[in-house]
Amino acid sequence: MILIVAEHAAGKLGKATLEMVTAARESGREGPITVLVLGQNVSAIATEAAAVADQVLVADLPQLATYNAETWAAAATQIAQEGEAHTVIIGGSRSGREYAPRVAVKLDAPYLEDVTSLKASGAALQGQRYTYLARVTETVEAEGPVVVVTVKPGSFAAATPAGAAGEQYDVELTLPAPRVEITGKSVEKSSRVALTEADVIVTGGRGVGSPENFSKYVEGLADALGAGVGATRAVVDAGWRPYAEQVGQTGKTVQPGAYIALGVSGAVQHLSGMGKSKNIIAINKDAEAPIFKVADYGIVGDINEIVPALIEASKR
Amino acid sequence: MNILTLVRQVPDAEARVKISQQAVDLDGTTLVVDGMDEYGVEEALRMRESGAGVEQIIALAIGPKRNEDALRTALAMGVDRAIHVETNEQFDAVTLSKVVAQVAQAENVGLILVGGQEADWDSQALGAASAERLGWPQLTWTNELKLDGDTLSGRHDVDDGNESFRVTLPAVVTTQQGLNEPRYPTLPNIMKAKKKELRKDDAASYGLQARVRTVGAEIQTRARRNTMIDGKDPQAAAAQLLELLRNEAKVLA
Repeated sequence: MILIVAEHAAGKLGKATLEMVTAARESGREGPITVLVLGQNVSAIATEAAAVADQVLVADLPQLATYNAETWAAAATQIAQEGEAHTVIIGGSRSGREYAPRVAVKLDAPYLEDVTSLKASGAALQGQRYTYLARVTETVEAEGPVVVVTVKPGSFAAATPAGAAGEQYDVELTLPAPRVEITGKSVEKSSRVALTEADVIVTGGRGVGSPENFSKYVEGLADALGAGVGATRAVVDAGWRPYAEQVGQTGKTVQPGAYIALGVSGAVQHLSGMGKSKNIIAINKDAEAPIFKVADYGIVGDINEIVPALIEASKR
Repeated sequence: MNILTLVRQVPDAEARVKISQQAVDLDGTTLVVDGMDEYGVEEALRMRESGAGVEQIIALAIGPKRNEDALRTALAMGVDRAIHVETNEQFDAVTLSKVVAQVAQAENVGLILVGGQEADWDSQALGAASAERLGWPQLTWTNELKLDGDTLSGRHDVDDGNESFRVTLPAVVTTQQGLNEPRYPTLPNIMKAKKKELRKDDAASYGLQARVRTVGAEIQTRARRNTMIDGKDPQAAAAQLLELLRNEAKVLA
């Protein structure tokens, strides 16, 4: 069987889970597509998952109320072994890429990390992945009785129901006690759409000029367009914006429909985080800025003049 | 307690990457210590400087001969000694974690620091896989750490924000930007580093077998429209851009 570990948050199945189902369908690997839902009070999530899966395994346990790398790895491993899974698919989120390697070690399985495609190639499973700061696309493959895979978010279309809803089964698990004690938690609250979910992102670089200008122009345009807000490393290092907004190698990786870069020079480490955006729009007064080389639309001009005009025009 | 810090050698971020024979070719490329790993080296040094019971800080590199340069950088920053497991073969992170785990056990290590994401292979797996092999807990994407006896506390990024944590060592920690500002090696320390131990180990003794094959590599760039709009008239430029986004790119309603 193909085992997919569901991603979910706030009582809803994550889009990443639907993308993983598509990856499983496209892979050409045989066997039922099985979604494992780990958590507490997850029956609604399991029902959502059943719409796209052949079967859903549900572990609804108090010990699973919060994510923990060791617990999740133990749970996924146990089910993969019991169900004799030949393919284990985990989301390429921060947490997914944290516990998936543990599953690979436990199963003595090869690990294909953060793939953007997945297909059977003879006895092997083959995937593509971005390397060298997303400048290179490598094709990698591995074979074994079981292969563990993480799937890069946004790389596959969300699955839609194909046939009748899958059966749901409760599963028993023996879980280790978590050894990391969580003493506090701060959830990034933003009235805006999350960066990794946003279809339009407005990002500001040092060329914006000041923290005040960032609020006025970057946030202003984002609000006018219903977009998410991003920042470059230079802006975050300067303390203008929180790290949570950073896009790049050391921040978030995004691939929205439109990425609007204001006063962004286009350093390689930044391009690695946004270079796969479907449309890149650059506004910068420096005509030599490298960002223009990767832009679909570019305006050489003063942000102080162009962005207010954009905000005004977008209201019409 | 001993601390093990991983140092990987990767192309400089601005260096051009080239492909030959379906694989990335690093010949002639400027190579540096992975910035993510430097945060780990720096943090180990700061833990000792803050008075925590750190006996030795050991740097480990696995790879071709040129990795000696990365280890010399770590020695010049202040680590006590270095181990180089020399190999010309490319291994995936889960396979490499076998070396990390065996070295950690042989060297009586209580804390492993490794960069959160590799700047060459873009992998985040080395820390977690090493932790699993050792049966240790792990903390990833840390941006604040404090060692007090054998209790490590700090803060790290998670899917939806960040968390404060506490864990009893041994543990594996992955590091990232924001944790600290790595020091530059000074000339006297670079000279001193030449006298420090840099032990060579044979990769064959670790029983490695690559499990992931790279069968192709290409530099793929999406063809971009490169439509330039004259910015001299801001109103006209704004109207033209919105028109293109709505009707040509179809990304705005």
